[in-house]
Amino acid sequence: MSWLTETVLPKIRSFARKSDTPDNLWVKCPNCGQMVFNKEMAENAHVCPKCDHHLRIGPAARFEILFDGDYTRLEVPEVAADPLKFKDSKRYTDRIKEARAKTGERDAVQVAEGRIGGNRAVVAVQNFAFMGGSMGMATGEALVVASDRAVAEHLPLIVVAAAGGARMQEGILSLMQMPRSIVAVERVRDKGLPYICVLTDPTTGGVTASYAMLGDIQIAEPGALIGFAGQRVIEQTIRETLPPGFQRAEFLLQHGMIDMVVHRKKLKETLARLIDQIINREGTLHPGPEVEIPPPGEIPHGAALP
Amino acid sequence: MVSYLDFEKPIAELENKVRELRQTSAADSGDITEEVERLEAKAEALLRQTYAKLTPWQKMQVARHQDRPHFEDYVARLTDGFQPLAGDRRFGEDPAILGGICRFRGRSIMLIGHEKGRGTDGRLRHNFGMAKPEGYRKAIRLMEMADRFRLPVVTLVDTSGAYPGIGAEERGQAEAIASSIEACLRIGVPMIAAVVGEGGSGGAVALAAANRIIMLEHSVYSVISPEGCAAILWNDREKAKDAAEALRITAADLLKLKVVDEVVPEPSGGAHRDPDATIDAVGDAVERHLRLIAAAEPVALREGRRRKFLDMGRVL
Ligand SMILES: [Zn+2]
Repeated sequence: MSWLTETVLPKIRSFARKSDTPDNLWVKCPNCGQMVFNKEMAENAHVCPKCDHHLRIGPAARFEILFDGDYTRLEVPEVAADPLKFKDSKRYTDRIKEARAKTGERDAVQVAEGRIGGNRAVVAVQNFAFMGGSMGMATGEALVVASDRAVAEHLPLIVVAAAGGARMQEGILSLMQMPRSIVAVERVRDKGLPYICVLTDPTTGGVTASYAMLGDIQIAEPGALIGFAGQRVIEQTIRETLPPGFQRAEFLLQHGMIDMVVHRKKLKETLARLIDQIINREGTLHPGPEVEIPPPGEIPHGAALP
Repeated sequence: MVSYLDFEKPIAELENKVRELRQTSAADSGDITEEVERLEAKAEALLRQTYAKLTPWQKMQVARHQDRPHFEDYVARLTDGFQPLAGDRRFGEDPAILGGICRFRGRSIMLIGHEKGRGTDGRLRHNFGMAKPEGYRKAIRLMEMADRFRLPVVTLVDTSGAYPGIGAEERGQAEAIASSIEACLRIGVPMIAAVVGEGGSGGAVALAAANRIIMLEHSVYSVISPEGCAAILWNDREKAKDAAEALRITAADLLKLKVVDEVVPEPSGGAHRDPDATIDAVGDAVERHLRLIAAAEPVALREGRRRKFLDMGRVL
């Protein structure tokens, strides 16, 4: 990877993207329907100031929210394009082209390295705007790149998930990204490095049934839809209406499936605190400076022994 | 009594005619015997021709055939002293996934697999092979037990997918599947997965992240059911046939894509025409692969599995 692609281009791109968004435009909150200034929405971490709804955001906005300042995008190698020559009502290659034009990204998952509260971390962000965030070979490849970097540099890995599920257009090869992505994140965990997963709206299907549910720490954004099966499929199977709040972040918290629901404006400080406590632990398993260890044989009865 | 699939109608007609002729012929009338033999040969040829070039959608139907051998049939024919083990020790027992220790051709193994059930009662009891979190968590428990006792793990995959229900979601269906895949990848004993019927999505991979993956000739393995894919991408469930083509779900396709290691041929007319021969062929293939990796070190087995899945789709 060259200095140009690693450092300069992403900055130029993120600069270009910033000025792409006209500050004078309104955006309609999909939840309450209120019109909010684009600029106001962005300054509020893309959370509706009227109703607190967390809007879906892509990698660029997410990196800006999470990193201290500068960050470096990591290049993800190209994967085989359209291995099945898949075509439904549209060609898969055309869908990819459209998604690239729409998002300005190569594929659904983007990886970057930077500092969060002073500590270095690798962050992978899944973009729902890119074909529903769907998990294909490029997703697997991005997670392998992210985990390789985390292992090589001894850094925590944070994955911000958002996807409807597997990318059907890649058939069985998309299904195989479930074990593949798990191998990637397990390598990080095996090294004693934290793998933190942030579930955003929506995270369902094969993505939740693989890397997105295996974090050491599982965080979700308020109101995010998180589950395995789609709600329509469940309704059709059981022929019952679903309980209110079903498969929402708060529902998962209640059922013990995640550690916490964190407001987007508190996300960075939460991650920073966790990373700091887990990574900067030198001395934790040594006796404190004030304590003298009694020689063996002089440890009083009843003292806690390992 | 054979139960025929839609596309087998011409074969059914011939075979029914043979049966009728046999019943009506009172004695060994030379003419009728000759006619019967002629029709039988014709039916057999037609069966072979039909099954030699099944479309993906037809294979889907064969894979779902009600008489296709199931987990319990494999247990009965291939193993001795199978001891079913039940429960996930957390919530319940899920008969959609069965598992236990048994003797297979001279080795002790942990055999785990989906069971779809047979007949109305059986299908309900096994929930059509659609497992809930407790099913996957039982599988995890058994894989970990096998790891501790140094028993190879053999899995038989046959499910339309994990069960979509309220309770299943409440109890963490996604996490259960993810952890089951993770358990497959972690264990330090040989693991061989055989897709013997339907390999339906995440519910199938949960038992199939193995060192070797083999597949019966007419079984299927797919990221989503053709019906589900048609509903989403074509907005029309009737397009399932097209989806089945596009998704590349057949054993031959998966061998080409290097997702499976071996395709085990089925008897003419599919596994349900000769379950014993099918089961023996699967047994032979499992034994062959097991022999190749039985002596490997835990680290090598684990790393081999990780490498296998990391490379998947990279080199086509
Ligand atoms: Zn709002």
